[in-house]
Amino acid sequence: MDVPAALSALAPRLSPGATTATEARRLSGGASLETWAFDLDDGTPLILRRRPPSARTGDNALPLATEAALLAAVAASGAPVPRVIHLCAPGDGLGEAYVMGRLEGETLGKRIVRDEAFAGVRPGLARRCGQVLAAIHATPLDGLPPLATSDAASELARYEAVYRDLGARRPVFEAAFRWLERRAPPLERPVLVHGDFRNGNLMISPASGPHGGLVGVLDWELAHLGDPAEDLGWICVNSWRFGQWRQPVGGFGGYQDLLDGHAAAGGAPVTLERLLFWQALGSLKWGVMCLMMYASFASGADRSIERAMIGRRASEAEIDLVLLMERS
Amino acid sequence: MITHPTAGELAEALSAFDDAPAGDARTAFLARVADNARATLEREAALGPAAEAEAVARLRGLLGLEGDFDDLNTELCARLCDGRLSPLDPAVLAHLKASVTDQIAIDQPSYSGLAALGASPA
Repeated sequence: MDVPAALSALAPRLSPGATTATEARRLSGGASLETWAFDLDDGTPLILRRRPPSARTGDNALPLATEAALLAAVAASGAPVPRVIHLCAPGDGLGEAYVMGRLEGETLGKRIVRDEAFAGVRPGLARRCGQVLAAIHATPLDGLPPLATSDAASELARYEAVYRDLGARRPVFEAAFRWLERRAPPLERPVLVHGDFRNGNLMISPASGPHGGLVGVLDWELAHLGDPAEDLGWICVNSWRFGQWRQPVGGFGGYQDLLDGHAAAGGAPVTLERLLFWQALGSLKWGVMCLMMYASFASGADRSIERAMIGRRASEAEIDLVLLMERS
Repeated sequence: MITHPTAGELAEALSAFDDAPAGDARTAFLARVADNARATLEREAALGPAAEAEAVARLRGLLGLEGDFDDLNTELCARLCDGRLSPLDPAVLAHLKASVTDQIAIDQPSYSGLAALGASPA
């Protein structure tokens, strides 16, 4: 399929002044979803999200039409997200896809937590993340496309089943499953949860402004209904602090700023204890994911050195879990 | 001692990478991963045997059993899984802490979790 040609044919319907698409290039991305950046000849910068026909839909991946509907819904409740321009139809020749606005900013966590350019926005970023999460969590559920619901106990059970299937013997994970199982908080009132709110999926602008540095929340494919503390805990997992471990929120801020921002924007109160439960479950999930990615090497599905080496990142989740268990 | 992947699997993936043609951006990324893999194998060769011997000594004391690392580690997992050992038992935690500290020194010595674990509580 010729994506640039299909985008050019679509151009007049994406912007009234456009006749063609230029500079279409595929950005690095996952195997299951393609992301293309392109411009219209009237200067409009856009992004195409597309599932290639060859991709198998994973158990957890949302249809792209659902993702586009979520972007519109959370935008209406005040969360910063790219604006959906067009949901592709079969006649567009792009398969399952949608087009959205292209935001300017940085997603690389290493730069966001270290570069001088972001020193001005870092101090307010944790509070801003809390505010944005409160807006996402306040999205009215009626009118949303169908989404799965999960709570702490079901997430734990799901990842334990994956771990058992892998046949690994990792005593830290064994201990963490039992430790967290006893502490799993009940789901009181399910809200829309982003499901992957962390460095890498947050578009950060070095310019401060009303957006407070956070100009876009990307990658909604893991969105579901669940505990708001899940999102608050996930961004605190040490694996995405990029070395800045003393700043628990994404390597740029403190717990209290995140919780205060969430509460001040109308979020249901979340205790630090509940956040830390989800942070620990986040480390455990990341550790199991590392083993899963390694398993595709071991099974022969992907024999790349990258798939082999990511298995050795399971130990970073282990060391983070031991610290959390020791200090609990 | 160290699995997922074992040193043998890492060496195998490395030799496959070294035999592949060079070129694009993906290859440049993989070359950096391959350098990390080589460094990991060197650290494992240097540190792995002592780490395993110490783990076996700790496990014998913790479990009251004899056996090699695989047997003892499997038994520890089983006792944690079915609740015969508590995850917050100080002796269990001490073993887990010593083991992950040795493991991260092989897998990813610059990982910040090591500094965090060594620091006094805030």
